[in-house]
Amino acid sequence: MNHDEHASENPAGTAVAAPQDPAVVSRRWLLLNASIALNGLVGVILAVPVLGFLLSPTRRGARYRSWISLGSLDAFPTGQTRLAYYKNPYTRDWDGQTDNTACYVRRVAEKQVQVFAVNCAHLGCPVRWFPESQLFMCPCHGGVYYADGERASGPPERGLFTYEWKIAGDQLHIYAGQMPTLSNSAKLVQIQTGKGDRSCQG
Amino acid sequence: MPGLKQSGKSIYNWFEHRLKFEGPVMDAALHPVPSRTASWFYVFGSAAFTLLFFQVITGVLLALVYAPTAGHAWNSLNIINHQVELGWYIRALHGWGSNFMVAIVLIHMCQVFLFGAHKYPRELTWIVGVFLLLMTLGMAFTGQVMRFDQDAYWGLGIGASIMSRVPWVGGDLVHLMLGGPIIAGATFSRFFDLHVFIIPGALILFALVHVWMVLKLGINDWPMPGRLVHRATYLDEYHELTHKDGIPFIPGAFWRDLVFSGAVIAAVAVCAFVYGPFGPGGQPDPAIIQTVPKPDFFFLWIYAILAYLPPSMETPFMLIAPIIGIAALLAVPFVAGEGEKSWHRRPVAILMVSSLAIGWGALTNLGETTPWSPHMNAWSGDPLPVRFLRHATPLERQGAVIFQDKQCRNCHSIGGSGGERGPALDDVATRMTPDDLRFKVVTGGGNMPAYGKNLSPPEIEALVSFLETLHPANEAPAVDAAQQRIEKSEALKGRDFSPAAGTPK
Repeated sequence: MNHDEHASENPAGTAVAAPQDPAVVSRRWLLLNASIALNGLVGVILAVPVLGFLLSPTRRGARYRSWISLGSLDAFPTGQTRLAYYKNPYTRDWDGQTDNTACYVRRVAEKQVQVFAVNCAHLGCPVRWFPESQLFMCPCHGGVYYADGERASGPPERGLFTYEWKIAGDQLHIYAGQMPTLSNSAKLVQIQTGKGDRSCQG
Repeated sequence: MPGLKQSGKSIYNWFEHRLKFEGPVMDAALHPVPSRTASWFYVFGSAAFTLLFFQVITGVLLALVYAPTAGHAWNSLNIINHQVELGWYIRALHGWGSNFMVAIVLIHMCQVFLFGAHKYPRELTWIVGVFLLLMTLGMAFTGQVMRFDQDAYWGLGIGASIMSRVPWVGGDLVHLMLGGPIIAGATFSRFFDLHVFIIPGALILFALVHVWMVLKLGINDWPMPGRLVHRATYLDEYHELTHKDGIPFIPGAFWRDLVFSGAVIAAVAVCAFVYGPFGPGGQPDPAIIQTVPKPDFFFLWIYAILAYLPPSMETPFMLIAPIIGIAALLAVPFVAGEGEKSWHRRPVAILMVSSLAIGWGALTNLGETTPWSPHMNAWSGDPLPVRFLRHATPLERQGAVIFQDKQCRNCHSIGGSGGERGPALDDVATRMTPDDLRFKVVTGGGNMPAYGKNLSPPEIEALVSFLETLHPANEAPAVDAAQQRIEKSEALKGRDFSPAAGTPK
């Protein structure tokens, strides 16, 4: 196959080779094709580990996450929303400060909390909590959320991302380890019009 | 002296005998170009090429000291800025060189498009050029990541959030981009790989192919209105043009390239000296959430688009628009590969370039001012001007306190300061009646959150009574005509308002 392509693409080459014995020429071409095939085979065999290496970050899905303590539940007074920090469980020595992670803990009742990611559901910028107006505001594109994490206004398509949590003894634990994005946290929700009047409805 | 000259000549000959460079170099240097193309319009491509190598050199210099790991990059940049002798200047050269390179590449692209240089037989030159533009922007973005400050960190977060919207494989793409579950060491390392090895390697290769084609096909002739490009005749016409009215590339055309490239590098050097290096900004600690991330200048337009898209259109737009945009650029020489080259007779081309330029400028300007973002500190940092409270009742003053305290200022300006997300409220009372205001505050709507759950009824009353005072002295506040009429008729004492009596007149 390669032989034909070369012959048709390169008539000058065949013209030079023409005076020679056709049998010899075809043997040379056979050797060339065999050596190309050999290199192709080596390439394919090597491509397997190379691809495996390149794609390795994608195959760890569930193993990235684990239960982490945010410290004593007493640090989060009932009725308030506070920033909490944890070190990402999946980490390398050279991560520097990037494995420091912040999240918001909202203590709803004695044994009831909500834990929000700081990342805006729009494009991941860090939202800020304003206790006076009970709103989260995003500095990037102006996404706003209510205290319960629900979308209030702006470009986000859904409310804040939440972490799974549990209370072990007096410690608050969350299931974390992965940057929350639309692909791993929840499906998109359809925004209904007239969300603004929810406070009137109840 | 003649002896020195003689030995120089013999050394040159020794090398030339072995290298055989003279033939191809002389061919390239002396190939004839149409005399009109010896013009100041034809200098941008060579300047972009010069800047590419300027960036390679300054980048290699920075890499002598830069510590390319997530844990050390930011610190090492500060050390380059403040402790390494003249480190700040090399950083500034690289940063300003980057800005100039993007700008010159964009100008070059507009120029060749308006001069019809993408038409036959230079279609592939244009297509390679489109990839060169994309790679240049890729270098600018990955270069911002190399700065590895807060903007770089959250910029990566924005990139990952966009990736995550790809159907089915979004999650895998995020992990591939980040090299793990979060933005961390592996993320930085792969962007370093892109910025230092992968993209520059491809960029140099593509740039050489681009220049090769310019040399082999000849520089685009000066577009003359009415001289149409036909596939059948163009090559002969061009040959005649270069051989009847041509001049050798060197020196006739080349001296302008040299002057302009030199001037651009000088401008980079002056900007770098006067304005200094870019950043790094705050340290890349994601636990520091008091930050207002912003992309570099050439990506502000994307940042602005992302603020203005309606939520329902966002994901399709983010995923499809770039593909359509790139496909449109690649399609240009196939859609318009023949015919008129002169901008005098290509109104659609002029319209396209000017509307793109105006749109880009407007979006970049919006990206600079970010009117959509709440001003996070306006509620505590911008006090209410005293004139708004001079004759206020206690209730109105209480309303003003609530107005500040509940972060209304973050989105609404008053007296010229505050956020621009919502309308300025200096004369809101002329537009809205007390009932309108009450309804809007409680239910929100549009881009305003509903404050119904976050304010008590007395607080709402106080707030509305304050907002009611916001009107010019010579302009009365808005009134509800129907309500006014009812109040007026109620004032007529002795009238019977029972249903039996009928509608009061």
